[in-house]
Amino acid sequence: MDRTNKLYGIVALFDTPDQIIHAAEEVSGKGYKKFDVHTPYPVHGMDDAMKLKPSKLGFVTLAFGLGGIAAGLLLQYWTMVVDYPMNIGGKPFFSLPAFIPITFEVTVLMATLGTVIGMLSVFFRFPDNKHPLHETPYMTSVSRDKYGLFIGANDGKFNEAEVKELFSSLGGKGIAEIYEPERTLYDAFNPKFVGLLVLVALLVSGGTYFSLNKLMYMNPFNWMDHQFRGVPQQASDFFADGRMMREPVKGTVSRGHMPYEFADSAAQPAEPLANPLVASAEVLKLGQKKFLTFCSPCHGNHGDGDGRLNGQFPVPPSLHTEKLQKWQDGNIYHVIAVGQNIMPSYASQLNVKERWAVVTYIRALQKAGNASKEEVQQYRKENAANVK
Amino acid sequence: MNIDYSKELPLIHGRLSLGEIEDLIAKPMSEKPNRKYYIALAVTLTLFLIGAISLGYTFYYGIGMWGNNQPVGWAFEIVNFVFWIGIGHAGTLISAILFLLRQKWRTAIARFAETMTIFAVMVAGIFPTIHTGRPWLDGYLLPYPSQNGLWVNFTSPLLWDVFAVSTYFTVSLVFWYIGLIPDFAVMRDRTTTKVKKFIYSLFSLGWRHSNRNWQHYEKSYVILAGFATPLVLSVHTIVSFDFAVSIMPGWHTTIFPPYFVGGAIFSGFAMVVTVLLFVRKVFDLENIITVDHLERMNKVILATGMMVGYAYATEFFIAWYSGVPFEQFVFINRIFGPYAWAYWIMVSCNVIFPQFFWFRKLRRSIPVMFIIVILVNVGMWFERFVIVVTSLHRDYLPSSWGYFKPTIFDIGLLVGSFGMFFTLVLLFVKAMPVVSIAEVKAVADGAQPTHHGGEH
Repeated sequence: MDRTNKLYGIVALFDTPDQIIHAAEEVSGKGYKKFDVHTPYPVHGMDDAMKLKPSKLGFVTLAFGLGGIAAGLLLQYWTMVVDYPMNIGGKPFFSLPAFIPITFEVTVLMATLGTVIGMLSVFFRFPDNKHPLHETPYMTSVSRDKYGLFIGANDGKFNEAEVKELFSSLGGKGIAEIYEPERTLYDAFNPKFVGLLVLVALLVSGGTYFSLNKLMYMNPFNWMDHQFRGVPQQASDFFADGRMMREPVKGTVSRGHMPYEFADSAAQPAEPLANPLVASAEVLKLGQKKFLTFCSPCHGNHGDGDGRLNGQFPVPPSLHTEKLQKWQDGNIYHVIAVGQNIMPSYASQLNVKERWAVVTYIRALQKAGNASKEEVQQYRKENAANVK
Repeated sequence: MNIDYSKELPLIHGRLSLGEIEDLIAKPMSEKPNRKYYIALAVTLTLFLIGAISLGYTFYYGIGMWGNNQPVGWAFEIVNFVFWIGIGHAGTLISAILFLLRQKWRTAIARFAETMTIFAVMVAGIFPTIHTGRPWLDGYLLPYPSQNGLWVNFTSPLLWDVFAVSTYFTVSLVFWYIGLIPDFAVMRDRTTTKVKKFIYSLFSLGWRHSNRNWQHYEKSYVILAGFATPLVLSVHTIVSFDFAVSIMPGWHTTIFPPYFVGGAIFSGFAMVVTVLLFVRKVFDLENIITVDHLERMNKVILATGMMVGYAYATEFFIAWYSGVPFEQFVFINRIFGPYAWAYWIMVSCNVIFPQFFWFRKLRRSIPVMFIIVILVNVGMWFERFVIVVTSLHRDYLPSSWGYFKPTIFDIGLLVGSFGMFFTLVLLFVKAMPVVSIAEVKAVADGAQPTHHGGEH
């Protein structure tokens, strides 16, 4: 370090802790304010000898600690109760006992970092490698095994001769003047500095480009895009037909499905199945819904054979014919399941229960469409009675 | 060798002056490493490389490379995580708890123990990180506002772990660095080479040994120790919650937090003694890290070893007392089941062998303590193995019982974790003061003013 002629202060070295305690007491007793003691380790009783006020660092810790408690609790409250409430085992959204560990950790973290960063940057004004005392024989000595005393030239009572006199009377050795170092100013357009900025810019932009556009598409970072498994619609080298999609094994029955035993014969079975459903309102509702969806386009809304496709498609016979009225439920079921003449099978559109529900609904239609006068009157009578 | 325990023992042997203490501690940093150092480094780097290769395979092909699968979903990697976190706890205990208890003998070993904490937590942190399967997405573990609109689950012990371990690492690092600042200043003023001076200046931040700074510095040390003490207890408590909060028989017990903390201190002290035995010998620090220090450490090992033994007994009592057949089965299965070998390794290493430390002669004998602390390290690794694997391999449903066998990659990662730890330790001893220079100077004979009693 190059030094100027401006005096920064005067230093002296002492050999024993007793001497330095005594010297510090003397100097602070004489009313010096801008003085300091430099010791290789903290010497007991020095704070009193220097008449230092107790450290206020604890208040910094307290403030940051309380801030940590508040931050930890608020973060958890806001995320778990306000922003994205999740039901976890039926417990309350704000479950304080489960929030304690993280609140504690955040408190410790903030209090510790606040204390240390506050102490180093605000209390000590570090980093300070350009301090006048650095790179002096004085600093080397107090770093090792000597006890140093310093009085600053900016002290109100400072007088070079007096201070030196005081130091030697206290038994100080190595009394020396410390001069202010030369302060160098740095140029913002210094080629080295500009070069560094360019280098940092290149590294950051290149690194970002590489990681977002290249790295994300490489194994294993590519979100498992490429896996050792077959995907439908893909070609396969493994199977003889060159397809990845496979047919189910012959005779496979899907869950909940009972195969229809007469599925293979177009002719009506000799002994048709019995309808397992009871004609409840629920079944009729389901039957109506399915009938209107799948049957009515051809057969008409009431089964009269006057569907909406009339004229574009061969007209099916009415469902109210005598033949059909005499059919058992199982015969109608067979037509739905297997198909008849031009009508295809509806097995893939209607499951077993839905087919029987449609059969039940057709029965209701037949009843309603072919009722006698007496039956209608009877129905009205009952209905009127029911309404009362 | 009769010692009067009623009197305070001198903390530093050989009547060293302040300058001699400094020279002794700073010597390894100014000398070129010798042949032995390179051989040691070659060994640890080889182990480290084995771990790195296993890690590479895990990283590329995924955690299917490991032996754990249903029903043993957690195995070596979780065992290693708990083991290394536990090792770290000794450092914080020595640096913070013994500091608050005004145990001055801690000064000689505190720096080393703290450093081991940091390295152990670094090693430990690798395991849960890779156990997530796709470690490059571990950022999801942190609560940050994202486009997903999702938050982490703050009521999950696994998330508590994330917070506890990362806080523990940060606070330990800060605590360690604060302790190092005055020593960096000492090294800055000692060294003659330009590069070293620049580096030490950078890290010393311009420390001037000023008493106006020492005053706040000492205060901050008390504050940090005060925070580190509950923190270290919380960390292993939360690690134990990973198990205790579940409903697995063998895991679901309230004794886990104190049991884990006790075990952590036990294993950590054993590891500190293991490494200190080499360091004091290789770097001629026998006068600073004395046999008295080691003896005190061994006493702690004896005490915590018996706490761990007591915890084993309590677990059995509670299993019987609970009347839960699943719980009782797990414990009978531990002693007589397929993993009985692991159980008996654990009991003999952790409970039986430390009993030799009742004898002063054995407690102060270097070869004996070396063998015992190595056994304790082995035993404590197996304790975590017993807890994790034997509880999982036979749970409620006998049809899903299984037997875990590690793959070569599991073993590679375990070996590599030791390699990484000891490599870091070796690099540390050549780069930074292994003993706190300022703290040891402060407890040397005649270092404090006489009217304050000097040694008190």
